[in-house]
Amino acid sequence: MSAEQAHDGSAEVAARVERRWATIAVAIIVMMALLAAFAGIHRATMPQPRVEIIDPSRIHLSGEFVESNLGSVLEASGNVTVRAIGQQYSFTPACILVPADTPITLRATSADVVHGILIQGTNVNTMLVPGYISEQLMRFTKTGDYLMPCQEFCSFGHEGMWGKVKVIDKTDFANRAKAGGRLSCVGQ
Amino acid sequence: MLANRKLILAHFWLAFAVFGVALTLGAWQMFIRSPIGTWLSDPELYYRSLTAHGTVMGYVFPTLVAMGFGYAIAESALEQRLVGVRWAWTGFGLIVAGSIMAVIPIALGRASVLYTFYPPLIGNVFYYLGVVLVVVGSWIWVALMSLNLRIWRKAHPGAPVPLAMFANVAGSYLWAWTAVGAALELLLQIIPVAAGLKNTIDAGLARIFFSWTLHAIVYFWLMPTYIAYYTIVPRAIGGRVYSDSMARISFILFLVVAMPIGMHHTFADPMVGAGFKFIHSTFTALVALPTLLTVFTICASVEIAARLRGGRGMFGWIRALPWDNPMMLALAFSFVMLGFGGAGGLINMSYQLDASIHNTQWITGHFHLIFGGAIVIMYFAIAYDLWPHLTGRELIDVRLIRTQLWLWFIGMIVTTFPWHWVGILGMPRRMAYFDFGDPAIAPQALSVTFSAIGGFILLTSGLMFIVILARGMRAPQVDAGPYRFAIAVHQPKTVPVALNTHALWVALMIALTLTNYGYPILNLALSSGTSVPAVYVGAQ
Repeated sequence: MSAEQAHDGSAEVAARVERRWATIAVAIIVMMALLAAFAGIHRATMPQPRVEIIDPSRIHLSGEFVESNLGSVLEASGNVTVRAIGQQYSFTPACILVPADTPITLRATSADVVHGILIQGTNVNTMLVPGYISEQLMRFTKTGDYLMPCQEFCSFGHEGMWGKVKVIDKTDFANRAKAGGRLSCVGQ
Repeated sequence: MLANRKLILAHFWLAFAVFGVALTLGAWQMFIRSPIGTWLSDPELYYRSLTAHGTVMGYVFPTLVAMGFGYAIAESALEQRLVGVRWAWTGFGLIVAGSIMAVIPIALGRASVLYTFYPPLIGNVFYYLGVVLVVVGSWIWVALMSLNLRIWRKAHPGAPVPLAMFANVAGSYLWAWTAVGAALELLLQIIPVAAGLKNTIDAGLARIFFSWTLHAIVYFWLMPTYIAYYTIVPRAIGGRVYSDSMARISFILFLVVAMPIGMHHTFADPMVGAGFKFIHSTFTALVALPTLLTVFTICASVEIAARLRGGRGMFGWIRALPWDNPMMLALAFSFVMLGFGGAGGLINMSYQLDASIHNTQWITGHFHLIFGGAIVIMYFAIAYDLWPHLTGRELIDVRLIRTQLWLWFIGMIVTTFPWHWVGILGMPRRMAYFDFGDPAIAPQALSVTFSAIGGFILLTSGLMFIVILARGMRAPQVDAGPYRFAIAVHQPKTVPVALNTHALWVALMIALTLTNYGYPILNLALSSGTSVPAVYVGAQ
């Protein structure tokens, strides 16, 4: 066997090992994509699916984000809807009151620049982009206080933009909701 | 010595000088918002510093390194005269002018919008124009890389393009196209508002345009590092490239799939629907493929070097590697950081997991580990490797070089690991200070302190790097010989056209951009009622 032939043989081995690795790499990636699709469809965990627009210069005048409509409301279905806005440099309401063990829909938008809502210790995390409505489904299993910082740079006061979420017992919340109106924990 | 050493040295020195300044700002930021610093009385200063740090580290520093390295590759890999030297200096001049134009409004506090712009926040128009000039300057480089390759092809019809140049041109095309997203955002949306011609802007559309640039730019930063993995490291440690064609496939994959994936930055955004978010998530998974292939090929190439040096056994060969060689050390550090950073990246791009860490300090930790760590440590290695060919002088401080690399690695780990951790605890990004007196935030104080210490280790290492290069300008003269690149075990005599040209892949890159970005962009651009009033920064 000549040196040239031996060299060709090693090239074949090299190519085979390489193909094997490439196959494993592709398999890993296909598996990741399938897992994400499965979790998205089967467990319904996915980012916000729909695009809704809103005029930020008019939100204080009419529509669902007028001041009197901000806060938490217990719907007839037993679910809770929370409406909030972010503006430089606070959230309204600054303290969001919600019940534990209840499906909650958070609907929020920005009155000026880009903000974000992040509830620490949870995976509730969404952007507030002026002109668009953000919607996020959430459910708290533990009562207590959670910090809710703005997570996107919104100019010089960004570091001071911290809200709060107070999760209370389900029946306690239902009692408070009987009085009607929109609930929050501002000043409590 | 390289014929265009002045041109290349100018790019490198400017790159490392601005890097030194931005690194110092970064260390100050780490310190001032940690419990060991006192609270800033004026948080605005923090955002000035942050804007400068991001603009330099994101746009100016890596672009100059890629350009300088690109000119070195064009000259030495193609072994022909570099055509368009005057244009190259023009591009360099544009970058200098653009940087100065951008930095003045930043320093005056008139452009504290961060390098990611964030409209409807609007800063001084000269900041944006400066960034545009930097990009235009770099586009001249893209054209020159293409032109020089074309001249070489004419002289060598059908011959395999040297791997270093093939990858270099792929990187330049990637940059040219990915910069278009931010360019559209700046030219069509932000600059008209900053100049006072309009006073409303679609913030959601701007975020989509920016995501077009924001992800693939990372792969542009990465290109010099990958070129070094494939074409410098094996030569420097006495090995061979395991496979020339797999290297080409990796660079082609970067070119094609780095682009249509940027919307994984907008998972939490309200202006993109679920479908496109999922498509972009899947494509982002694909971009792991060229990295997985690279890890294999480079490990195999390194093993070849070890076995040529007498290494034996399943893992025993690792001991036979030239660990006192700075290039070997840099590669090992780079791979460790790439491994951790890459694993974090898989979490970020994941359709579901991203929600837990989106816009937290985890993300800042992630890209500092990948870019500042895995990528920049190879920029150091590239500079060390090229320096004797640029100065005609030997870098004699090998021990100092090793210490510098060790410090950078340790500093990066000490900085970014706690950074990831506080991100998981939900600590938000881009804040001038934190109230560590709040019982809910107090547990993060220790981690933030570690990160700040890491920042100072990095600063020490970065300054050492600059000192080593400066001393190298006055070291004893040496004939470094021609600058060479690693060759493959089976150096190809012919290469299939698909692996030797870029046209098909550039077409695919553009087509995938159109399919993955076309609808979301048109949908918002054509719909009315999404523009919102601009909010001017620094306008008292």
